[in-house]
Amino acid sequence: MSALLEVHNLKAGYGPIEVLHGIDFRLPLGGVATLLGANGAGKTTTLRALCGMVRASGDIMFEGKPIGGRSTEDIARLGVAHVPEGRGTFTQLTVEENLKLGAISRSDKRAVAEDMERCFSYFPILKQRITQQAGLLSGGEQQMLAVARGLMLRPRMMLLDEPSFGLAPLIVRELFQILATINRAEKVSMLIVEQNASLALELADEAYLLETGNIVLSGSAKEISADESIRQSYLGY
Amino acid sequence: MELFLQLVLSGIANGAIYACVALAIVMIYQAIHHLNFAQGEMAMFSTFIAWQLMQWGMPFWAAFPLTIILSFIGGVVIERVVIKPIENAPVLTHVVVFIALFTIINSMAGFIWDFTIKPFPTPFGTAPVLGGGLLSAHQAGMIAVTLIMLVMLFVFFRYTSTGLAMRAAAANPASARLVGIRVGWMTALGWGMASAIGSVAGMLIAPVVFLEPNMMLTILLYGFAGAVLGGLTSPGGAVLGGVIVGIVENLAGAYIPVVGAELKLPIALLLIIAVLVVKPSGLMGRRTVQRV
Repeated sequence: MSALLEVHNLKAGYGPIEVLHGIDFRLPLGGVATLLGANGAGKTTTLRALCGMVRASGDIMFEGKPIGGRSTEDIARLGVAHVPEGRGTFTQLTVEENLKLGAISRSDKRAVAEDMERCFSYFPILKQRITQQAGLLSGGEQQMLAVARGLMLRPRMMLLDEPSFGLAPLIVRELFQILATINRAEKVSMLIVEQNASLALELADEAYLLETGNIVLSGSAKEISADESIRQSYLGY
Repeated sequence: MELFLQLVLSGIANGAIYACVALAIVMIYQAIHHLNFAQGEMAMFSTFIAWQLMQWGMPFWAAFPLTIILSFIGGVVIERVVIKPIENAPVLTHVVVFIALFTIINSMAGFIWDFTIKPFPTPFGTAPVLGGGLLSAHQAGMIAVTLIMLVMLFVFFRYTSTGLAMRAAAANPASARLVGIRVGWMTALGWGMASAIGSVAGMLIAPVVFLEPNMMLTILLYGFAGAVLGGLTSPGGAVLGGVIVGIVENLAGAYIPVVGAELKLPIALLLIIAVLVVKPSGLMGRRTVQRV
């Protein structure tokens, strides 16, 4: 499979502190990769570096073109939907406005309306909440809204930062099933950062294990979840 | 009773101007979280441009829209040239830059057009409207123009995608970037619009206070009072606050003997302090709670 995203020797950090010490990974076209690791391993920083939100160096190739050093808004316009840590909800705006914002860089208005309907078919609850202020939604609903907002961009790639964070197990299950459907039906490649390793490994084709800013392990998701010793020492389940 | 009604109505007319200034202040505050002290001077400079255009023979209703457009461009240019480079600088840097802008614009106006007081024409005339001269035609015009502008702004922010993008950029810039909104340009657009709104306020109030480089100073203070009263995070609140300040100022000047015409301005300052002490978020503002 050719790679949609190829990252080589990515270093990133905040101010004088380097968080990522040169990591390499790739996301196959149409595939799902997951970055696993403990708190502070650099997972979120990796996603932020891909979107130009933090100081970063190294090669980031998206669809064969370097995107390192470009602005966050330009990278989004290339078809990278980043569903950020904390969901990034526009809390004072309505659900509908949040979804419209997801598609704000697009000019094909008719297709946008269709896409909104498709989002509602994935997340029917959002249709019921359409006129509500987004900040009043429950955590699970806000996460769904965040994914739907990302989807409205018609992305080539989605970056999902801990989609399971703070959600009840049942909702998490549902959400990951929908993500799997979106990956297949919309041909959206996904890079998922998760602490819930077992769940992410079920969905992913490839997995990378981050430890204090370095990738210490990589391989197919199947291999990694099958390896007893890795599971016990790194993934904690 | 008739005096009371007249005071309230002319208070609303003045309040409409304060509302415009308050709205301009709030728009910039929403975008960059700083108070633009130079807002009034920008409006004054715009008004001089309108005056100059009319001196060159342009009719009022041609000079009016042209001034709005020029002011919009001026606002965008100021943001790009002066404000953008300091966007991550601390609050004191902003304060100093705003004071510098204030002084530069004020002196420039004095340098170009000198400090003598100039009459500014009103397109509405001064004949009384509403029975018994409750309201002059110009005052009615001030209210009408402000209302039209507010409705246009409301429609822009509520129903256009650029308006939505501006609201998103102000509410959550990080998220706005992630959906592809060019947040920096939204800020520039906000400055342009604030400058344009200010120019309308300037052109409407100039026939009342007369045109000179310091004409907007007191109006800016009333505008600040209105913005603080309504809540710096709420455009609707700013408008309401501006109108309330206009009415209160008028009534206090007439009914509280010690206040009179001279002490009207301290009322505005008192109001600012009172609001900040009692209800810092203002009438319609959001209280921001931050986890630390």
